[in-house]
Amino acid sequence: MHPAPSVIAFTVLSGMGFGLLAFLGAGLPAPVGWPAFFHWGLGYSLAVGGLLASTFHLGNPQRFLRAFTQWRSSWLSREAIASVACLLALAPVALSDWLGLGWPRALGLIGAVLALATIFCTAMIYAQLKTIPRWNHPTTPALFVVFAGAGGAILAGQSGAGLMLSALLALVLLAAFSIGDGAFAARAQTLGTATGLGTIGPVQGAVRVFEQPHTSPNYLMREMIYLVARKHIRPLRRLALICAAILPAVLLAILPPAPWAFAVIAAVHLLGAFAARWLFFAQAEHVVGLYYGQR
Amino acid sequence: MTSLPTHTEKRLGLAIDLDTCVGCQACVTACKGWNDQGSGLSDQDPYGAAPSGAFLNRVHSYEITPDHGAAVIVNFPRSCLHCEDAPCVPVCPTGASYKRVEDGIVLVNEDACIGCGLCAWACPYGAREMDADVGVMKKCTLCVDRIYNDHLPEEDRVPACVRTCPTGARHFGDFADPDSTVSKLTAARGGYDLMPDLGTRPTNKYLPARPKDVPDMSAPLAPLLDIQATGFAGWLDKVLGKI
Repeated sequence: MHPAPSVIAFTVLSGMGFGLLAFLGAGLPAPVGWPAFFHWGLGYSLAVGGLLASTFHLGNPQRFLRAFTQWRSSWLSREAIASVACLLALAPVALSDWLGLGWPRALGLIGAVLALATIFCTAMIYAQLKTIPRWNHPTTPALFVVFAGAGGAILAGQSGAGLMLSALLALVLLAAFSIGDGAFAARAQTLGTATGLGTIGPVQGAVRVFEQPHTSPNYLMREMIYLVARKHIRPLRRLALICAAILPAVLLAILPPAPWAFAVIAAVHLLGAFAARWLFFAQAEHVVGLYYGQR
Repeated sequence: MTSLPTHTEKRLGLAIDLDTCVGCQACVTACKGWNDQGSGLSDQDPYGAAPSGAFLNRVHSYEITPDHGAAVIVNFPRSCLHCEDAPCVPVCPTGASYKRVEDGIVLVNEDACIGCGLCAWACPYGAREMDADVGVMKKCTLCVDRIYNDHLPEEDRVPACVRTCPTGARHFGDFADPDSTVSKLTAARGGYDLMPDLGTRPTNKYLPARPKDVPDMSAPLAPLLDIQATGFAGWLDKVLGKI
């Protein structure tokens, strides 16, 4: 799949933002005054900024309100509703923390659950697609939720939770890489099974592409067949694993719990998160590629 | 709502004969021509170095190499299969994608489409293409503006691809009616679904290629060598043989 920068930026930034909002909603930490303003402000800017980035890949973003209507069938619609509900539910909690109003925190817990629900819905947009075997697996929601948890914990300055979630992230990343590598082959789809040629009917035999249906790439090939940088997979996987998970876990253990330390760890984590999310898209193979003899 | 109907009254679709298709691309052109009306199917750089554009129908060419005999070329038209369990419909966040209860045609309401592209990702058959000019998803409508159009002569009330096909490789009809041409053809020829394991239950069926005649290649000129000349030709044959 084509790794669109807007979608990578959206999923990484808003995932981290909603992760931070979940921690703040749960009162971990529960800052007061200006520290609260900056903490909540960071969570809201990441979450909202990510949502805005996601509209850059739409053909007609001005119609975005319609995306709130199909929650009964569409994970994309559910994501839109959950995200707005989360941002609205947490607004009074953020206000209370900033101005020291001391309002009850029950709404914060609801908002934290909605933040997790938003991340889960985002992941399910990808995990539901049977056409992309690498994504069509429980490791996809696990990856998104743990990524948001680890990133959120680092931004929230939660060393203990951050350490555990970063370690968990390393395991989930490894699982997603190894399970994902065999996912397409496990479906046993080939050019022959996709077309039925050579396997169904009286003419049986090996099938290959004789001539492509068009002379230059179309939308399908640009969007769903991405070949350019798969050779960079191994170094990028190492970068993702080390920067997003292993290095943050180590740094959380050895650095003092100071704001500058969390800023450094967050930057390292973010670098790894972008590499991991780029791989998530670039490595995903759509079955439509079979018709073109490409993947 | 983009939930799929549990049942459609008709199941309109195409039976595509892979044995008859010669890969002339006339259906591709006719489809583009008919559907280029209204908001159209835009092209980018159509006469330049890298032409590109939205098409609702593409014709691939494949080569099957059987275990015995010569290779066979099969031309393979690919367009929307109007699946009964269309995966492109429920993923739509805006309700722009829908499947009609009356005839099972899968359509896009272009005024409601935000151009997110998720339906195209969900389709295993590559049936949907984004129109780069208007940012809206385009797909085969089964020429819904032809098949019910009383202003057209009756023989034209079929999809443009079917109407134009010079070899009669494309058949249009109601698969819910067991007596329709498409149902009978599918039963007689062993028409099959594409990627049935994905659970999409396509309406369109593909009729497999038939085995080709295999000429006796061992000695194609053998009968000519056995001609026994008689009369004057026979005498000439003998004389010439002695010289």
